Amino acid sequence: MLTLDRVSKVYKVGAFGGTELRAVRDVSFTIAPGEVVSLIGESGSGKSTIGKMILRLIGINGGTITLGDTNVATLKGAAVRDYYREVQGVFQDPFSSCNPIFKVEHIFSLVRGVYFHSLSATEWRTKVAEALGAVALEPGQVLHKYPHQLSGGQLQRLLVARALLLDTKILVADEIISMLDASTRIDVLNLLGELKSRGLGILFITHDLSLGNYISEKTVILRRGRVVEMGETSKVFGNPTHPYTRMLIASVPQLNRRWGDESITDPGPCRVHAASPSGSAGTALLVEVEPGHSVACFRVDEGLPC
Amino acid sequence: MSLHITDLRVYYRTLAGDVKALDGVTFEIADGEIMGLAGESGCGKTTLGNSLVLLDGRMKHVGGTVMLDGIPLPIADFDAMRHFRYRDISIIPQYAMSALNPIRKIGKMVGELLESRGVRYGEIRPELERRLELVGLGLDVLQRYPIELSGGMKQRMVMVVSTLLDPSLLIADEITSALDVSSQKAVAQALQSFRDQKFVRSMIVVTHDVSILYQIADTLAVMYAGKLAEKAPTDVMMQRAKHPYTRMLIASLPEVGVRYAEHKLTGIAGTPPSLLNPPTGCRFRDRCPLAIEQCAEEPPFVEVEPGHSVACWRVDEVAAPKDSAA
Repeated sequence: MLTLDRVSKVYKVGAFGGTELRAVRDVSFTIAPGEVVSLIGESGSGKSTIGKMILRLIGINGGTITLGDTNVATLKGAAVRDYYREVQGVFQDPFSSCNPIFKVEHIFSLVRGVYFHSLSATEWRTKVAEALGAVALEPGQVLHKYPHQLSGGQLQRLLVARALLLDTKILVADEIISMLDASTRIDVLNLLGELKSRGLGILFITHDLSLGNYISEKTVILRRGRVVEMGETSKVFGNPTHPYTRMLIASVPQLNRRWGDESITDPGPCRVHAASPSGSAGTALLVEVEPGHSVACFRVDEGLPC
Repeated sequence: MSLHITDLRVYYRTLAGDVKALDGVTFEIADGEIMGLAGESGCGKTTLGNSLVLLDGRMKHVGGTVMLDGIPLPIADFDAMRHFRYRDISIIPQYAMSALNPIRKIGKMVGELLESRGVRYGEIRPELERRLELVGLGLDVLQRYPIELSGGMKQRMVMVVSTLLDPSLLIADEITSALDVSSQKAVAQALQSFRDQKFVRSMIVVTHDVSILYQIADTLAVMYAGKLAEKAPTDVMMQRAKHPYTRMLIASLPEVGVRYAEHKLTGIAGTPPSLLNPPTGCRFRDRCPLAIEQCAEEPPFVEVEPGHSVACWRVDEVAAPKDSAA
């Protein structure tokens, strides 16, 4: 179980880092084993920042991320290596995630060098074959190739296989199918679904609501670094409560319904309740509107439709 | 008839041989029609768009004719095309985000562009301002550098610039792919309004995202491995697509508001053939569940009902598709 508790991130931007950009503000959610959590937001909403913080690629400025009982931020030395044994990431562009001058075999053996010194060559080969089998790739067909000789879908599955070599419990999948063709993306998506049923917890970061809807149990909608709505996918998509979520869902191009005339401008804090009740530009807190469905809206408790 | 393409063949010259990116494409676009062109990466859809505007050094026009409003386009002749580019036929390129000169203020860049076409910036300025307003951009963007604009704003800016001289045909290449859902909708709807306001007569919208095309296109064409697989009015395509590839493509799209716990969607197994030595006969044969021996022969692109053409031998065998709204 990976837990994010009021996690924040501030980037220093501008000349000499004089300006502060609060990319992520007080985000809390959990990823349980065997669960896909989709983190949905537009560009600049901080969704990739959260993924990077979980993977320890950047530091966090507030709050804690814990895996089981260990605080992820304070790990040092060998503990970091053990952490990566359990938490792995796959990113958007499969070609830039691989060293182009290494064959696939060599890309895999880098993992062996760090984590599996003691394994004999035969044991290692079996392990690689198992991992590749899990992502429906034939070892003989891919191991001797360079990344550019594989298709995007194959390479992306290969990277998932690389993550699975370890005893991965949590996989951070950051826009992993955005670059793939419609005909192959669904296969990678189904692969994630299969891994989920084997007990892997997956954080599925995407801007595409239809993909999130397809794969995940839990949905977190981010807007400007803040969670505006989260809960079980069926509830968030079935009964979207925050105006921002509704705007996003109405903008998704669908095959059975043409776009209406709904406004597509960002509705601000809340379409009906532009300011907080006290008049200050405060922020609404997440409130549970039904079991397993929380919304950050000022007047949600008054039962007013947003 | 606005655009009339007959048996167009454009190959890429490489050291290994000719890559047959466009291999005999025939279709027509009527006045005021928005045609959506969909397909996997590497199927030749961008090549089709580019070849109508600018054949670069690697591309070779091997055969076929292009007629725009009754005038043949000399697409193989770089200099002769100069007369048509931008005025009669214009493109919003795939990476429109980086199509703006980063070291020029946008207004100045537009001015220079217009003057290179012999148009006075001052004369067209009122129209430019009107159109900026139409796509929801303030006039102050003309005083700004591209870096100061967001992705969606840049995209809309390029749209306005590309269509400023009211071209007869506009090619929009993957212009919504890099955008968020809300800006995607704004850009797509702006395209439609450009057609409605008659800034452009007709349009080819190239994208891999069929669901965007469903929203804005009048007709849909699906390309596979350098050839057209199917072309039909959008609603017809959604309700009764005939080509197995089209049907699998549409069936593989997840949608919002549908629960997928019970049934899983399936992709299309295999990869498109290499266009260096494309297989003879139907190019989708290897991935097609309905393939028969006859598919080793090239299927003709025939009209099965008015406005609906398919290149498949097994058109009649394709069972009645399930309701697309299911």
